[in-house]
Amino acid sequence: MVTELVKSDNQYQTAFRSVRESSPTVPWVELVRSGAIDRFEQIGFPSVRDEEWKYTNLALLAKEGFQPAVAPVEFADANIARFAYPETKNAHLVVVNGFLREDLSTKIGLDQIVVIDLFSAVADARYNKIARKYLARNANYHDNGVRALNTAFLQSGVFLWIPKNVKLETPLQITFVSDGRSLSFPRLLVVAEENSSATLIENFVSHADEGHFTNAIAEIVLKDGARFEHCRLQNENKNVFHVATTAAELGRASSYDITSVNLGARLARHDVSVVMDQEGAECWVDGLYVAGANQHTDTHSVIDHKLPNCTSHQLYKGILDGNARAVFNGKIFVREGAQKTDAMQTNKNLLLSPQARVDTKPQLEIYADDVKCAHGAAVGQLDEEELFYLQARGLNPELGRSLLTYGFAEEVIGKIKIDSIRSQLDEAVLTRLHTRLEA
Amino acid sequence: MLEIRNLHAAIDGNQILKGINLTVRKGEVHAIMGPNGSGKSTLAKVLAGHPQYEVTAGEVLYEGRNLLEMPPDERAREGVFMAFQYPIEVPGVSNAQFLRLAYNEKRKHHGEEELDPLEFKDLLKERAKVVEMDASFMSRSVNEGFSGGEKKRNEILQMAVLEPKLAVLDETDSGLDIDALRVVAGGVNQLLTPENAIIVVTHYQRLLNYIVPHYVHVLAGGRIAREGGKELALELEEKGYDWITSVASHQAEARWAEPSLGSSVFLRVCAVNRNAAIGKVTSSSAGAE
Repeated sequence: MVTELVKSDNQYQTAFRSVRESSPTVPWVELVRSGAIDRFEQIGFPSVRDEEWKYTNLALLAKEGFQPAVAPVEFADANIARFAYPETKNAHLVVVNGFLREDLSTKIGLDQIVVIDLFSAVADARYNKIARKYLARNANYHDNGVRALNTAFLQSGVFLWIPKNVKLETPLQITFVSDGRSLSFPRLLVVAEENSSATLIENFVSHADEGHFTNAIAEIVLKDGARFEHCRLQNENKNVFHVATTAAELGRASSYDITSVNLGARLARHDVSVVMDQEGAECWVDGLYVAGANQHTDTHSVIDHKLPNCTSHQLYKGILDGNARAVFNGKIFVREGAQKTDAMQTNKNLLLSPQARVDTKPQLEIYADDVKCAHGAAVGQLDEEELFYLQARGLNPELGRSLLTYGFAEEVIGKIKIDSIRSQLDEAVLTRLHTRLEA
Repeated sequence: MLEIRNLHAAIDGNQILKGINLTVRKGEVHAIMGPNGSGKSTLAKVLAGHPQYEVTAGEVLYEGRNLLEMPPDERAREGVFMAFQYPIEVPGVSNAQFLRLAYNEKRKHHGEEELDPLEFKDLLKERAKVVEMDASFMSRSVNEGFSGGEKKRNEILQMAVLEPKLAVLDETDSGLDIDALRVVAGGVNQLLTPENAIIVVTHYQRLLNYIVPHYVHVLAGGRIAREGGKELALELEEKGYDWITSVASHQAEARWAEPSLGSSVFLRVCAVNRNAAIGKVTSSSAGAE
């Protein structure tokens, strides 16, 4: 049904034509874009008939009529720096409605790396080879209409290149902010060369309270021995649709550590995938989702062990209140010959209200025989004995519940190494609980 | 300070306490002893206000107020403290955070100003000496990954911070080696003042070598079967609980008739009996064979 609506409406075709006219590009990118819009025309938005979208219904989107953001807008926010953290205030990129805004960005201490508009990188002789090799390689748009749409509308975004052996000391932050009732297509391509290391914070926020649709893709390529820490924060307003993909490819003995925190949006869907097709790679794919009344949050994760001696760790935690709905689907593949794989996956959910609901499905598919794999999921309420213990120390039941919930979240929040993010998240979780208690 | 009158309590419909009478005054140390299943831990939990236990009759006055009407957190803020037999792990919440929160809740309750993290840190450092606890324990999650002995020490640290008027130590000696026992007991002794009181619940006399009680009460079948001074504990050590429990053996037999839980409790009683009084066959242990 969604597909039909999209086809008859055809606003995307019209918007696409205007993008092609206003933002011409190099032939190979033209090809990618037109291939993607064709693919979108064929498959449209995913529907609940699709197994991967069984619990997350995008039908509501059709009614919203968000307009594709095809050109940069006037954006006046004198206080855009408020979205930066003290640790990142000098290395803060701002992307408005999917368009990188150099005028709002601060790039101090980033001389060793390249961080520029992705759309100019694809046409830049210095970087186009890298971009051509890796753009749209890990975020496959053939099986996913949302990704196809993002790919078709490529006309800005961020290209981040960390050269060989460069150890970036300053954490880099990219703030993605939306303005107006727009459908934006933030896009990020990261290529970290051999033995480099860096920390990136992606921060998705809203400028105002009106709804918008964020359709974001981040592709991350780590070459041999590269180390990359990635903190992804989504705290958009409660009217937002946020559908995003993070796709990483890990080189030999590289290490990728992502912590993904979802607090905002009315509907949030995050597809995160890590492909390990070199030996000795290690990844941490962790996350926290906190959802309250009328919020829906969905994480689909794929960790693919293709070659031997790779290690993956995954801990996802969810706190659900009101009539919140959550979905966690975590697949781990251990391919034939991927011996000595070590894979550990856990999803734990805390339900604070009888109306909250979670569908969790950890899946392990193993085609090798010498591996160490474990997975598990738990859904529960606060432990009565723990609550009594806190009460027996003088904490009233409300405070006790807040503290236990905070402690539950802390296992994920605590691993974020940037202090001010950690304390902001602590506060956000506690405030959330407080609001609930007062309501 | 504390007056327990004809206290009856049940869990899941099983009557455990069947009429306890006990008076505790300031500056006193009382030991509650008794075999497994006699109700001594139940008594501790009822005093702390554990929601699973139902008081079916009797009353408890604490400083003249009806203790049973107060929710557990209010009891704590009013100065009642129970050291748990099995301290609970609270993942993600640091010991220091937790202690400061508890400490400040009590201060607020009494109309005093809260301490900020720095002020509290000094206080905590001071109190930690009581149980010889390393500073590294303060940043770790409450009881998480602590050894049995560390958990018990942490309970006494909480007691040192919260300065209760009435402390109930529920089998604080269980699972402790002799060195840890000495530290824990030493901590408790440092905290004893003429203004507070301590109830020590224990199975063995061992702890009472370190925390010397003024009174010993022996529970059997949910009642106080015998009372005396500290020498009663020594007598028990020598003669075993049979000496007391034979009086209450008809109650044990009644439990034996119940399936599952009742019988396992009963078997443990028998095992203790045998260890304590070799060669002596009582009516209850004969029933087990």
